[in-house]
Amino acid sequence: MTTQRKAVALISGGLDSLLAAKVMLEQGIHVEGINFYTGFCVEGHTHAIRKKDKAKPKRNNALWSAETLGIKLHIIDVIDEYKDVLINPKHGYGQNMNPCLDCKVFMVGKAKEWADENGFDFIITGEVIGQRPMSQRRETMPIISAESGADDRLLRPLCAQNLPETLPEREGWVNRDELHDFSGRTRKPQMALAEKFGLDDYAQPAGGCCFLTDKAYSVKLADLWASRGKKEYEIDDIMLLKVGRHFRPKPNFKLIVAREEGENNFLQGYRKQFITLRTMSHKGPLTLLDGTVEDGDLELAAKIVARFSQGRDAESVDVEVAELGEVIKSISIKPFSNEEIQEAWRV
Amino acid sequence: MIELDARRLMCPMPVIKAQNAIKTMTSGDKLRVTCSDPGVMQDIPAWSRINGHTILKAEEIDHEYIITIEVGDD
Repeated sequence: MTTQRKAVALISGGLDSLLAAKVMLEQGIHVEGINFYTGFCVEGHTHAIRKKDKAKPKRNNALWSAETLGIKLHIIDVIDEYKDVLINPKHGYGQNMNPCLDCKVFMVGKAKEWADENGFDFIITGEVIGQRPMSQRRETMPIISAESGADDRLLRPLCAQNLPETLPEREGWVNRDELHDFSGRTRKPQMALAEKFGLDDYAQPAGGCCFLTDKAYSVKLADLWASRGKKEYEIDDIMLLKVGRHFRPKPNFKLIVAREEGENNFLQGYRKQFITLRTMSHKGPLTLLDGTVEDGDLELAAKIVARFSQGRDAESVDVEVAELGEVIKSISIKPFSNEEIQEAWRV
Repeated sequence: MIELDARRLMCPMPVIKAQNAIKTMTSGDKLRVTCSDPGVMQDIPAWSRINGHTILKAEEIDHEYIITIEVGDD
């Protein structure tokens, strides 16, 4: 009797990882999925914040992939461990603040640890040579295998025929002839394979599934680090970078101005951690002040906040300032005009 | 019944907390998770289905989402 071999599949929620796992299942491999939560995952909590997003389905695509495949999914919190990957990437950043190669090494390494602890034989990913400019190139494939410690226990079913044989292929656990030779940025082979498997409702994330590949987000993160004089963050910091309009009118403080009701509600949860500003005479956004204030700063902040209230054209708007949830000041002020909000303040 | 407070956590953190709690429990045990992110109403049932656990109740009370899970085999 032959032993059924076990593979752990990195499941992002995208099509490639779904197909890679499906290819293994078709070969009779026992597959379980693993998904890492770094705090920067696009489809994590973001849909819960903005009211305009509430009409969209709240499906978690990694869970959907696993359910479609009929496999278990293990979601692992790597928020703390991931900080070192982002802050000190050995292979540097991509176009934005995305340390894609280090990230892949880290995740495959974590999957290898999990596989060892749980008696799994090998690891699979949905990587395709040439699919991504930083992490999925012919030169990076061996780097990921070696630096993660997975070595030849890492199998990429979608492009395996373009790569040296791995342990599962050599040992005959999987049939190399039934693996694939996909390469390049085209999605056509994946879409054809999806059709063959009868999969038609898969996620097609634009620009990947990580906020760190997003230019606007990366600019906010760089500003956060520059303002603190060091690269560090907590989960609340990276959550707040996803919310509101950000203004830094002075080096010592930044304003986060809610854009709509959903963000207002979300920022409410932080009112006991920050200075907050709220317009009282007119309807307006809740605003967090992150940093320290000097003489005149609250008035400057109030003028900006008032600009985004329904009193933007009024002669005077009443703004209430609270610190850690307690009201400390009320300011009546003329809002800035649009021209007075300097472009350089926008983060 | 084990109680788990996952308020103020955004998905997938409530799922991860529920998953980690269930690892310490045995088949037939019950876990009640209280959350503030409405995404849990989809994500926790989906995670439970694929991992062999049963949702006994999922309800919204005063903007909180309370899900009771019965731990399955394995």
